[in-house]
Amino acid sequence: MDYLDQLEAEAIAILREVAGQFEKPALLFSGGKDSITLVRLAEKAFRPGKFPFPLVHVDTGHNFPEVIEFRDRLAKQIGERLIVANVQDAIDSGKVIEQKGKDASRNALQTVSLLEVIEQNKFDACIGGARRDEEKARAKERIFSVRDEFGQWDPKRQRPELWNTFNGRINKGENVRVFPISNWTELDVWNYIKREKIEIPSIYYSHNREVIERNGVWMAAHEFLNMDADDTVYTKSVRFRTVGDMTCTAAVESVKTDIDDIILEISQSKISERGARMDDKVSEAAMEDRKKGGYF
Amino acid sequence: MDILKFLTAGSVDDGKSTLIGRLLYDTGSVLADQLEAIQKSSRKNEDGTVDLAILTDGLKAEREQGITIDVAYKYFQTEKRKFIIADTPGHIQYTRNMVTGASNADLSIILIDARKGVIEQTIRHTYLVSLLALEHVVVCVNKMDMVDYSEEVFDRIHAEYHALAVKLGIHEVTFIPVSALHGDNIVNDSVNMPWYKGKNLLDHLETVPVRELDTLLPARMAVQWVVRPQTDELHDYRGYAGRILSGALKLGDTIKVFPSGMKSTISKIETFDGEHAIAEDGKSITLHLADEIDISRGDMIGEIERPPIVSNEIEADICWMDTRELDTSATYFIQHQSKVTRCKIREILYKVNINTLEKVNADSFGLNDIGRVEIKTADELAFDPYDKNKRNGGAIIIDSRTNVTVGALMLRAAL
Repeated sequence: MDYLDQLEAEAIAILREVAGQFEKPALLFSGGKDSITLVRLAEKAFRPGKFPFPLVHVDTGHNFPEVIEFRDRLAKQIGERLIVANVQDAIDSGKVIEQKGKDASRNALQTVSLLEVIEQNKFDACIGGARRDEEKARAKERIFSVRDEFGQWDPKRQRPELWNTFNGRINKGENVRVFPISNWTELDVWNYIKREKIEIPSIYYSHNREVIERNGVWMAAHEFLNMDADDTVYTKSVRFRTVGDMTCTAAVESVKTDIDDIILEISQSKISERGARMDDKVSEAAMEDRKKGGYF
Repeated sequence: MDILKFLTAGSVDDGKSTLIGRLLYDTGSVLADQLEAIQKSSRKNEDGTVDLAILTDGLKAEREQGITIDVAYKYFQTEKRKFIIADTPGHIQYTRNMVTGASNADLSIILIDARKGVIEQTIRHTYLVSLLALEHVVVCVNKMDMVDYSEEVFDRIHAEYHALAVKLGIHEVTFIPVSALHGDNIVNDSVNMPWYKGKNLLDHLETVPVRELDTLLPARMAVQWVVRPQTDELHDYRGYAGRILSGALKLGDTIKVFPSGMKSTISKIETFDGEHAIAEDGKSITLHLADEIDISRGDMIGEIERPPIVSNEIEADICWMDTRELDTSATYFIQHQSKVTRCKIREILYKVNINTLEKVNADSFGLNDIGRVEIKTADELAFDPYDKNKRNGGAIIIDSRTNVTVGALMLRAAL
């Protein structure tokens, strides 16, 4: 079997296990290419039926407008329910405090809103688009990853995961994060998007944008970044390789507007995907620490 | 292009992490920013070069102690294949992690230190590979640089290991002399060992056939989910969703549902992309049957000519994976494919000393113990003997108090 068919069949089987094993699952949808791929896989798993779960987006309020527009359009197009949890609400209610300074980002604040939306809706499983090739802590996480009441991941107490048999039994208060595309690489996702002709937000393709330099990478020039007189604004042809909050997602210089060219550019790149993520650069164990704190 | 999943068995002392690091590094799978992060790290080889072993250590505790605790998955790709490496720890206290990694692998690399030859650990790893019925074994005799690239040393280890493999019923073993530290016979042929005429490791991994025989096995599909849109236009739609574990299902085939034993005919094989005349092992599909019969999640659809064993009294090999000992009086859950039912592990037949392969009597099983048991399940399971069809022969034991997975079962026979 072709490798994309094999990865697809595995992901579909995992999604069906979620449907079969849990009472109230949800699909965490960010508007990025990985979660858009998950939506296509869910269509493959459950159509002509409805999805046995809603889409849930934790919106930092600092997302790219193109992505928010895309999110709403996709949800409508597929006729599935979308729940949006706003980080702004958590800030307004004083549950979290906004970071200050030039490197301020709402990325870390997402966790609070995520845990809140899980608790409010009593979700027992959250499907996410994380992949093991992204980062070394993710390389060790299970496909069914049990989190405690506080959303914490305990790497030393992970359940053994044998064959394709996934144990989704949990105690009250616990929930499971499920990662159907664990075994996909960045390139696999792009090749799948190409093969399936999946639409993705326009910012993945090269476009002219005003950018500023921060910590050696290009960031979209926007008021969310706490810009000041020291920041010089350039106009460059860029595209985004990973899409998160505007404050933590860097652009790469590129003139490629065709998916084949982008796939070629990525396969020849000397920098890894998350190399453009400021949130991983904090320390060697940045991701491991965030996961232990409930991050997805 | 297809996928090869392989396991690396060995300990840090055998140069296992270095071997994986070497594979990733020499195939250009390590990117500049990852290399920069590694170079920043304080760990270096004695000669000051980058320690490639760091590429495989993920968790803080692992980096601190310089060991692998858990299974880590690594990905790389060449023009011929996509590879998934399950990097598992080699020490005896992590036997369960190796069993976990082996359960999803097509091939195992067994590392032998050329200076030490076949040791207790080699026997243990080989036993686990035979227990989990991996298709292929590759023995990498590593650290050949430390024995002057001696053909004689290699031949001696070859003969020694061959005897072990025969004893354990492993038929296909490939031997490669390597130096992971210097890169001999990993991705590039060794100039130091002209006497070796075989393929280097990557060449072998790129060309070894995998899962070719699964399609010839009896057809099996565990029902995971029943698709019922219940809309006006699809009022009578009823599709059974699942993945074909082995064999193939064809339109018009007469099938049986297990354990109920009811028969029907396949009237449609469907995926999101359309209808199909045939669906082979590995594929996730939705099946439609000609008759309205009672089928739900947990049922097994299989062919009539070669049916699965249906029983609630089963003999199985078990690997115990919990610090809390196996309790023959306790009720556990057993999960086999999409079926979960209660069970008792009512008798321990024997325990295997996995270093010497001796069978010994035992009253209890602790963490990492392996042996044979008798199980009584509440509902019947429809399974195949693990050695005949491992796609439908494995199951897990779940502690009903903690919900943790505490055992791996290789189902063998009905009692």
